[in-house]
Amino acid sequence: MTTPAVAEDLLRELAPQVLGALVRRYGNFDASEDAVQEALLAAATQWPHEGVPDNPRGWLITVASRRLTDQLRSDGARRRREDTTFAMLPADARYSAATDQDRHGDRDDRLTLLFLCCHPELSPPSQIALTLRAVGGLTTAEVARAFLVPEATMAQRISRAKQRIKVAGATFDVPPEPERGDRLRVVLHVLYLVFNEGYTATSGSQLQRGDLTAEAIRLARSVHRLLPDDGEVAGLLALMLLTDARRPARTRPDGSLVPLTEQDRSLWDPRPIAEGVELVTRTMASAPIGPYQLQAAIAAIHDEAPTADDTDWPQILALYQLLGRIAPNPMVTLNHAVALAMVRGPEAGLEHLATLDADDRLAEHHRLDAVRAHLLEMAGDEDAARAAYRSAARRTTSLPEQRYLEGRAARLVDPAAPE
Amino acid sequence: MKYLLLIYQNHSAFEALTQDELDQVFRDVDELMAELTASGEFVDGQGLAHPSNAKSVRVRDGVPAVTDGPFIEAKEQLAGFTIVECETPERAVEIAARWPDARYWGLEVRPLMGGSGTEM
Repeated sequence: MTTPAVAEDLLRELAPQVLGALVRRYGNFDASEDAVQEALLAAATQWPHEGVPDNPRGWLITVASRRLTDQLRSDGARRRREDTTFAMLPADARYSAATDQDRHGDRDDRLTLLFLCCHPELSPPSQIALTLRAVGGLTTAEVARAFLVPEATMAQRISRAKQRIKVAGATFDVPPEPERGDRLRVVLHVLYLVFNEGYTATSGSQLQRGDLTAEAIRLARSVHRLLPDDGEVAGLLALMLLTDARRPARTRPDGSLVPLTEQDRSLWDPRPIAEGVELVTRTMASAPIGPYQLQAAIAAIHDEAPTADDTDWPQILALYQLLGRIAPNPMVTLNHAVALAMVRGPEAGLEHLATLDADDRLAEHHRLDAVRAHLLEMAGDEDAARAAYRSAARRTTSLPEQRYLEGRAARLVDPAAPE
Repeated sequence: MKYLLLIYQNHSAFEALTQDELDQVFRDVDELMAELTASGEFVDGQGLAHPSNAKSVRVRDGVPAVTDGPFIEAKEQLAGFTIVECETPERAVEIAARWPDARYWGLEVRPLMGGSGTEM
């Protein structure tokens, strides 16, 4: 029997809260996760017959706590200690507060869970996998499918990540004040990576990965709800909304990529654009400026231009100058060069690009060649542009990008050359 | 990023290895595989049957021409492959360097193309 969709959504929403509550109480991530899975299974089989309980979250916590104590009870050495802990808990603490009461407790739990999953001891792929699994409520199979690896591989990564957290001696607490800022940056970066992973996927068998974009936005939204005054959290959410709004226009039905200037802007989704613009405008007026806010502001300018020619490039250039000062990196320099070319002409852009040739991080990267090719084409140097497009096409490991770059090179074929 | 490690082998040289050397090769592979599985880097991998079982397929004027080999003459043959997913190209090379076949013959490390991309 299948669970009605409503109950399934509800379970997904509640799973991280229940897991957060259990980990907070018992401090054992592995065992808590198993217990939550069993509680979810019980809910999925019982609720369709018996109806959803009045307090589904309390129901799940109670069932999961029971499963967990059962499990711990069978562990002889720890039996008494765990029983005592459980018995010492007042009975009403096992149930969630009524809806009209302050639910502050479980909001903190979800954020704490996120901090734990994005522990700095873990590699980014492990942080991502664990976050999607534990906070996003995706199954291991779903996470594996999203990253195109076998389920066994993903299961291994997740269990290794949990192992590492244990070894690192991480506790289920919000990090202390001095490191909280840094830890939050890691959380935001992980959400950004999840978003990108979904956004850059195109079509066909990879459509699944569009779910990752939605998941990243959902998670960023909940962090924003928890920390409404943090400008960078708001900035990241706005950046995701403003970027994702363009998704319907960024690929053709055959999966090939459409550059921003050629996108059919009537396909852009106005609702997230309005929300993102409002969010970034409000945030930049009140919070200290940060890289996500600046990137969101740039995305907002693109989204608000009715046609590519209407783009306010001087404004974008000013924002990239600011971004290059507070968070310099080669990708920012690349985009800065494009903005320079649009405002002062391709030569100015090419000159700015030359500063990257000595940068090991990007010298061999196809994006540098691709941007140079576009600027050379703008400058009318077709031979050099063609060579740069071909060089970029050789270096990329993305099939849609390769196809796009080869196409640009082919458009520039020397008319005097024999066919 | 996913990498394909192409494992090349010289069949007659392989046959000339002593039992001890062969045992060491298999031990090294087992150990490496266990490590890659535990780290979640292992994605896929298979050994290939002897090249004498290979067929070449060419379609000319709409007609498929199927022939044996012809790779049978080549000294080094593709003997198997492994797909790993690692964080850096340096790590992929490090894994390849630990494959025992790299000591006797050689491996080729090739990044896999993916379906995702950014608009330019």
